[in-house]
Amino acid sequence: MNSERPVQQYFSPYTFNGGTVLAVAGEDFSVIAADTRLSQGFAIHTRDSSKDVQTLCGKTNSTVLGCAGFHGDCLTLTKLITARLQMYEHEHGSKMSCPAIAQMLSTVLYYRRFFPYYTYNILAGLDNEGKGCVFSFDPVGSYERETYRAGGSASALLQPLLDNQIGFKNQQGATEVPLTKDKAVFLVKDVFTAAAERDIYTGDAVIISVITKDGVTEEAFPLRRD
Amino acid sequence: MAAMNVPGFQDQLWGNGPSPGAVYNFPGIQMVLKLLSKFHQQRELCKYPTTTGTSVLGIKFDGGVLMAADTLGSYGSLARFREVSRLTAVGNNTVVGGSGDYADFQYLKSVLEQKVIDDACLNDGHGYTPKSIYSWLTRVMYYRRTRFDPLWNQVVVGGVHNGESFLGCVDKIGIAFEAPTISTGFGAYLAQPILRDALEKNPSMPLDQARQVITRCLQVLFYRDARSLNKSKKHLHGVSRVISRVMKNVLVKWNRQVTQQTLETEDSVPAGQQC
Repeated sequence: MNSERPVQQYFSPYTFNGGTVLAVAGEDFSVIAADTRLSQGFAIHTRDSSKDVQTLCGKTNSTVLGCAGFHGDCLTLTKLITARLQMYEHEHGSKMSCPAIAQMLSTVLYYRRFFPYYTYNILAGLDNEGKGCVFSFDPVGSYERETYRAGGSASALLQPLLDNQIGFKNQQGATEVPLTKDKAVFLVKDVFTAAAERDIYTGDAVIISVITKDGVTEEAFPLRRD
Repeated sequence: MAAMNVPGFQDQLWGNGPSPGAVYNFPGIQMVLKLLSKFHQQRELCKYPTTTGTSVLGIKFDGGVLMAADTLGSYGSLARFREVSRLTAVGNNTVVGGSGDYADFQYLKSVLEQKVIDDACLNDGHGYTPKSIYSWLTRVMYYRRTRFDPLWNQVVVGGVHNGESFLGCVDKIGIAFEAPTISTGFGAYLAQPILRDALEKNPSMPLDQARQVITRCLQVLFYRDARSLNKSKKHLHGVSRVISRVMKNVLVKWNRQVTQQTLETEDSVPAGQQC
């Protein structure tokens, strides 16, 4: 390619549609939340894109996937994962566990290593012992089990806040009390309100899913709409 | 040399292997190489839009969906085709509107038409719904962008099925969403705020009001979008009715302020054909 000539870019297969995902794991629960704004540049496509968080499994042993980044890839990936989970269930007669889904998601992401899904994924659920678990991924499938993680457009704003509030980092003389469900939900609402103040790609509403052994409860919390 | 006549003895050390000094030819490598070269030559391969259409508008009203688009096919800055239809009915409950490349839209139109015919031939009592058409479009558009051969459109899908109205949008790289108001192209900046404002003030607006606000939007677009025309098509979806179309001229007055009065009188006189 001639680098001296100005090059007009005709087609880019990617764009960034924003969205923030956040997940926290507790002793016997996990909380995952994502905002519902779908934007592109300075335009807001829709204020109610509840597809950001997808409940993957049914009533028992549920896992929820949060997906932010390029919306086309988010749609395709969630569609693929949902199909694979259904195939697993028909084949084995049981639902896939959260750590198993995490491994599968990693494989699915890495399969597209050289034309990646431009998505930031966070998976929340309960592990095989009933403990809350959170898995965070990079776009090409590298993943890790964590207790809390923010992903997507406001991740850089939220992660240090979570480090401080949940990880008790940079605090002196703090007593590390275990996180309760109510505290986690309260904290999620609080940090999302903060993110909506500073990040134009986060806002409108946040959908919070709380996963316990009894299933998933979903709650919507309004954010600023400007 | 005598050993070669022994049955079962392999005279070649590595039958499927490369010849000495050559590289192993993996199965399927040709396909990978083809895709890779496509990736590198994408600038030559993927087309850019030629004849284009500008904004498509859509809004949900009480009991249906109203969609509108003007009838201009632009060739760059040249107003090349002045009466093209950018809204098309798919089956009897869905309308698809396309902005962007008009040739790609016509291609999509023909594929959809054939799909509807094929489906009717099955005669199984099932048919396409607005949502199923939308879902199909998301996959087609995403697939084409993944092959670096996109359909250069933003497609709006609207319709009514079982009394439930649907309005969705898919773009050339597979971004898809549903929303109560949709506008593409310049309309995303000029019309969308007007539509959203109207809907927020009256979430279950009657058809008359929807028609009024859409007309207003088309007018605003004609004033400011240089690739627009004051002639448009509207598609209407009733609760259980087949689509009716109205083709008309949007009245524009450059020399004075447009008042609500002129909008209303102009709206009540549908000029042009009806089908």
